[in-house]
Amino acid sequence: MTDKEKPMGWKDIPAGAVVNTPGNAAGYHTGGWRSQRPVFNMDHCVGCGVCYLYCPDAAIVMVKVEPRTEKLPEYVPEILLDYCKGCGICAKECYMAAFGRSCFQMMDEEEFR
Amino acid sequence: MSKRVGMEVSIAVAEAVKLANADVIAAYPITPQTHIVEHLSELVADGELDAEFVCVESEHSAMSACVGASAAGARAYTATASQGLALMHEIVFIASSMRLPIVMTLANRSLSGPLSIWNDHSDTMASRDCGWIQYFVENGQEAFDHTLIAFRVAEDPAVSIPAMINMDGFILTHVIEPHVLMTQEEADRFLPPFRPIHRLDPLKPVTMGDFAMPDIFTEIKAAQEHALRASRPIIDKAWQEFGEITGRHYRAVETYRTEGAQVLMVAMGAMAETAMMAVDHMRDKGLAIGLVKLRLWRPFPTEDLLAAVGDAEKLVVLDRAIGFGAAANPVASELAAVFYDHPNRPRIFNTVLGLAGRDVSVGEFEDVLKKALDADRRPGPVGDFDILGVRE
Repeated sequence: MTDKEKPMGWKDIPAGAVVNTPGNAAGYHTGGWRSQRPVFNMDHCVGCGVCYLYCPDAAIVMVKVEPRTEKLPEYVPEILLDYCKGCGICAKECYMAAFGRSCFQMMDEEEFR
Repeated sequence: MSKRVGMEVSIAVAEAVKLANADVIAAYPITPQTHIVEHLSELVADGELDAEFVCVESEHSAMSACVGASAAGARAYTATASQGLALMHEIVFIASSMRLPIVMTLANRSLSGPLSIWNDHSDTMASRDCGWIQYFVENGQEAFDHTLIAFRVAEDPAVSIPAMINMDGFILTHVIEPHVLMTQEEADRFLPPFRPIHRLDPLKPVTMGDFAMPDIFTEIKAAQEHALRASRPIIDKAWQEFGEITGRHYRAVETYRTEGAQVLMVAMGAMAETAMMAVDHMRDKGLAIGLVKLRLWRPFPTEDLLAAVGDAEKLVVLDRAIGFGAAANPVASELAAVFYDHPNRPRIFNTVLGLAGRDVSVGEFEDVLKKALDADRRPGPVGDFDILGVRE
């Protein structure tokens, strides 16, 4: 309903504004609410997946990568910016944060505009 | 054609709901609506009506249950009055925005305070912008007929909008009147089974009553407004077909002895019956008086009203509610808006009357009309109004 490419006119609205495409939450890009953006630093990541578990909006997926060395993780987080609201939980809960090396640095969204 | 029977108007309305084969009735008893739901609960308990009667704990729940039932594809009915309507207020707006064709009888009663169980239109006027189709009836037969008409129009796939039938509390609800009831065969011919345009179904999931961000809310409201206005031809068609089956014909705006009238009275609901007697008396005396009755309040029948008023010089607009602090009372303000652009606009005299069931006699209607007859025709401020019979 909030497709930015082709905004609906009133004539396109189904009666009662019924949403007749189930599972359409994916089409609703709530990332626009974000004022801070987590920026991922691959060099800190051990691939533990804690960020993926803690993300309250399933805006982190673990993606397979080709590690440069055997010690580096096979799966690393990817932030889905269409949905990430910038809460910063990933940056806070990241295991590496305990060593002052969080995988995520929260940066003002302004800097990306 | 069925025979004429004497019965209390509330019972006749309940019989109409039975003839409509309502699936779910969710209502909370409140004076003066009580006899409608009492009788319906008897009909369900006795197995005469195969419906679910939901004994809710409040009107808020009554309308909520109707919303759920209607969304699931059931023909849902409720009735209330005054504080009951006020308590269900928020859900009333949700029902129309979800386009659920619920039918509700409103046994019009004053809103508190002071506490009053008697009739006026303050309850419905406080909900007039709720997006429902709103009818006013003036006698028992019309209340019975419009129960079936309301379902028929509301459920039309091109409409799918809830409808409320305003009937004056006590003045109509508690009187015994002659009614010609429809047979089940006639009712079935007039009112086809409910085929909802959207329905809650686990096999075909939809989301109803979702939230909307500012970027779409305006479009949704525009669609709702267009749909309500577009219901008008369907309402006319339902009245026409109802007339063909029963011989009883209805129109959005009805006129009584308006030919060549200088002064027209504009009334809604049961007071129109007394007003007709006043018109008869004055016509007998040779005075150019007529009556215009608004049966349809929403969508407002602007064109019909303009046609009905014609070249009349003065309008006596009767309001059964006060629009506290408003530029004009509800009906007068509506009419002022209709005539604002009219090149030959009549002068509007506004009278508030019949609050909390206070009787209005034929003589009092005549007094109001005489005052308008004698007054200057030069347009005056619409906001000035009299409160009939108020003691200083």
